[in-house]
Amino acid sequence: MRQGRHEAVAIGLAWFSIGLGLAELLMPRAMARATGLPGREALVQLYGAREIATGIALLLSRDKAPAMWARVAGDALDVATLATGEQPRAGAAMAAVGPVVALDLWTAARLQERRSKRLRPVFDYSDRSGFPKPPDEMRGIARRSIPGQRQPATV
Amino acid sequence: MRALCWHGKKDIRCDNVPDPRIEHPRDAIVKVTTCAICGSDLHLFDGFVPGMMHGDIVGHEFMGEVVEVGPENRKLKIGDRVVVPFTICCGECEQCRRGNWSVCERSNRNKAIADKVFGHSTAGLFGYSHLTGGYAGGHAEYVRVPFADVAPVKVPDGLTDEQVLFLGDILPTGWQAAVQCDIEPDDTVAVWGAGPVGQFAVRAALMLGAKQVVAIDRVPERLSMARAGGAVAIDFEEESVLERLGELTGGKGPEKCIDAVGLEAHVGAKHFDSVYDRAKQAFMAESDRPHVLREMMYACRPAGVLSVPGVYGGLVDKIPFGAMMNKGLSLRTGQTHVNRWTGDLLGMIQEGKIDPSFVITHTVDLEDGPAMFETFRDKEDGCVKVVMKP
Repeated sequence: MRQGRHEAVAIGLAWFSIGLGLAELLMPRAMARATGLPGREALVQLYGAREIATGIALLLSRDKAPAMWARVAGDALDVATLATGEQPRAGAAMAAVGPVVALDLWTAARLQERRSKRLRPVFDYSDRSGFPKPPDEMRGIARRSIPGQRQPATV
Repeated sequence: MRALCWHGKKDIRCDNVPDPRIEHPRDAIVKVTTCAICGSDLHLFDGFVPGMMHGDIVGHEFMGEVVEVGPENRKLKIGDRVVVPFTICCGECEQCRRGNWSVCERSNRNKAIADKVFGHSTAGLFGYSHLTGGYAGGHAEYVRVPFADVAPVKVPDGLTDEQVLFLGDILPTGWQAAVQCDIEPDDTVAVWGAGPVGQFAVRAALMLGAKQVVAIDRVPERLSMARAGGAVAIDFEEESVLERLGELTGGKGPEKCIDAVGLEAHVGAKHFDSVYDRAKQAFMAESDRPHVLREMMYACRPAGVLSVPGVYGGLVDKIPFGAMMNKGLSLRTGQTHVNRWTGDLLGMIQEGKIDPSFVITHTVDLEDGPAMFETFRDKEDGCVKVVMKP
């Protein structure tokens, strides 16, 4: 079922998050330079820690929607920070994270839809057929009674 | 009298308004005993239908007792119980004489506006904007029924309001949707939208002999109700509609497709085009969200039929008309010619072949109507159909 597919995407994003976080945490100078944020290595390390935390939360949680939204919030923070960076590297970094942001948003929305659906009570209308007999016995009962209705072709 | 009045987007209130009066010798005044919220009323509620004005009385599914009759009305008498079709028909124009009741040429008082918007005016409708005549609707204690010697259906003794109320709109709408599919015994009929019209379309398709009926929705209660009526259910949030339809039809697609959704298709992350449509709506660059039309054109088996009872109001875009043309699909649509079907359907109700009341999930006082618009729209509390008692 598709639920597994969305969760699989979320898990993929979790590993991506952890990888990026480790790079930011362990190579802050290189990452800061590459993203147009020289001199802000401490901030890059902080964001790295955040990435690792959301990644682990995504991997460990059964209901992945809240952690996925946390990733989206982190994306917003990243984009806002990159907007203050040096061009053209910050702009290039922003363009690179764009598709990831879109994927994050899409996955979060899909997981949220399922979550909302799971949480609401479901009413059972399985006895509301409107027919006096089982549906199979009602098949075709009106076929010959409606004027203008085409009849089956006879060979 | 009390009536539900439109005051703007998402703002319907139960107001005190003047009682209606006979304005024409063929009129009748009906004391409403039962009325219902239609899915298309939600388009008014959500502000997608142009031509609404402050204080307009809404509602076009209603029935009741005749309490006053104009001097030229030879059909009705005081005390008659009637279901009033949502289309107002003169019974005399060329279209009415052909049985094309929903495109009566005389009943729309604002014909000039409708001519400009649609090219040609269609019938006047109760409680459905000034584009369709600006007639007061049936979510009220009393209603003035114009041309009341034509459309109202007299109710025989022994039937409850709940059994016959839907003869005025959604039962014949679901029925017409299936009939205009020209169903053959080996057909698969796929119905998008398992709301009340979709439920009746499912049952109509089955009764008209379809080999297989498929209902597509996302609300568990609606899918459960569709299964009860003999349909195979597809939850479009859980599985791919195209893949599942392919599995059910040996990869060929359904021969007949019914759009019982209309202009407010669900907006979900899974269907990118619905998000696109919603964004365009926000900028007033598109009026309707035609996700279902697109999907039907793609899913339908070549030489199949698309039947569209779902209401559309204006402009749509990104319609895959190439698929439509090259696959040789036929498109059949329109507001329902209610009186074309009421005789047969009333007969089937009397014979016990179908009891349309199965669809009712909520019955409330008219006073509680405004809140129920939200409950119905949001599919909360297992809501499939709301009936109101004025």
